[in-house]
Amino acid sequence: MAKLPPEPKSHEITSPELYARRREFLKTGALYVATSAGVALGLSELSGLGRADPPKKPPPPPQPAPGAPAWQVRRPATFTVDEAQTPYEDVTTYNNYYELGLSKTEPAEQAFHLKPRPWTLKVSGHVQKPQTLDVDTLIRWFGLEERVYRMRCVEAWSMVIPWVGFPLAELIRRLEPTSRAKYVTFTTLLDPAQLPNQESHVLDWPYVEGLRIDEATHPLAFMALGLYGAPLPGQNGAPLRLVVPWKYGFKGGKSIVEIGFSEEQPPTTWNRAAPSEYGFYANVNPKVDHPRWSQASERRIGELTRRATLPFNGYGNEVAQLYRGMNLARDF
Amino acid sequence: MAPKSRHAFLAPAIVTGWLVTLLQLGYRIATHGLGANPIATALNQLGLLALVLLVATLCATPLKLTLGSTWPLRIRRTLGLLAFFTALLHFVLYLGPDQGFDVAGVLSDIVKRPFIAVGFLALLLLVPLAWTSSKQAVQRLTFPVWQRLHRLVYAVAVLAALHFYLRVKADHTQPWLYAAVLAAGFAIRLVAWRVKVRAKRARLA
Repeated sequence: MAKLPPEPKSHEITSPELYARRREFLKTGALYVATSAGVALGLSELSGLGRADPPKKPPPPPQPAPGAPAWQVRRPATFTVDEAQTPYEDVTTYNNYYELGLSKTEPAEQAFHLKPRPWTLKVSGHVQKPQTLDVDTLIRWFGLEERVYRMRCVEAWSMVIPWVGFPLAELIRRLEPTSRAKYVTFTTLLDPAQLPNQESHVLDWPYVEGLRIDEATHPLAFMALGLYGAPLPGQNGAPLRLVVPWKYGFKGGKSIVEIGFSEEQPPTTWNRAAPSEYGFYANVNPKVDHPRWSQASERRIGELTRRATLPFNGYGNEVAQLYRGMNLARDF
Repeated sequence: MAPKSRHAFLAPAIVTGWLVTLLQLGYRIATHGLGANPIATALNQLGLLALVLLVATLCATPLKLTLGSTWPLRIRRTLGLLAFFTALLHFVLYLGPDQGFDVAGVLSDIVKRPFIAVGFLALLLLVPLAWTSSKQAVQRLTFPVWQRLHRLVYAVAVLAALHFYLRVKADHTQPWLYAAVLAAGFAIRLVAWRVKVRAKRARLA
């Protein structure tokens, strides 16, 4: 008969209390870990940390359509600034384009919906010849030049962007507005298939912006078709957008389908949404604060300390005369 | 085991989860994972995190009232303190990295701008609550006084939600969502209070 192993001595046997406590310990430990993970996940999701990632890779610059001639870009020395240009990645992943999403990164993610060709620009209102123009016709007419401009957002951040396009003044001259044309209106595309967030009603679509005719024909006012030498990505307002460097960024309508000439000041989108916060003129002015924050300083994207905001975004020498005699605190 | 410590793991687990969230934010800052304007993004996310924690704190009582279980009350202090510390971090980030310790500028912002004044007031009102959050403080103040003082948290919640509402440019869905959760909590408290008052009256009659 095989000998049974000796029974463990009684003092070696785990007491039932201790045995139960071990199980309790494991159970509590598991609950603790699971709850911690749940809390971390819930907090990061609710506070937006879970959605904060910029697109994993900087989007490549879009290429001109196959068959289209490569861009010849003139680089006149007149219109440039002696400041570091904001990296392409930041310019194309930090955008306000509510039609493509309300966060800064969503427009870059949703931009694939927007089809920049074929694209036409309707010319309406007080002009000699109302017409509809193909966007490539504009490139043929005016050629392309580069302008390095400061861009100051009303949210107190700024960039330096090398735009590619043509002066708005040249387009307006060619369209021959009549003497009744006192204001110019820029209307963004209205098409929820291409601009999905137009399904929501955060603003009145389509986005409309406007300028006084003397502002629009100022040599600094610019129609951009590209940036960094390549066509505009959708999130930056492809294929055609307005750039008015001495005004807050929201004045620069994106993906423009219509340019209109009127006698009366046109109603503009942000001004209608919150007239006390966003004026029609929206000239960059460190002395006139936004009701909710100061406009005296700004953060240049890529820099950690704030810098002082300049009157007319540093273009005062060129544009201040447009507003002589005006009360800029009232007509902000 | 005694039922008393059955939920003892909850508070440490919440603190751990909060620390993990902060570490995640720190990691994102260190690895340029917050996009082109990291300070603004971190500021927004800390503010939202503070509001989430504050609303969670105020969900404890309504949860206890509807579930009948007392575990929500056991984590209420932890949640409230975390809300306070997060709000403090939010303010420090605004004062330091965002405004470059321009104390005069920040003070004038607080005075001039309702959006900032409301947020700052919410933080100020949280200070005495955090200060008197210990059991000893309850004994020192006596419970009725302590309870009256801590009703300030309702004002803080309303101010915090308003601060968020005023910050948003166009889409007010999220601020309204938080306001709705708070309102639901207040409604549940009100119903429970009326039931209690009626029961008391019935007993007296």
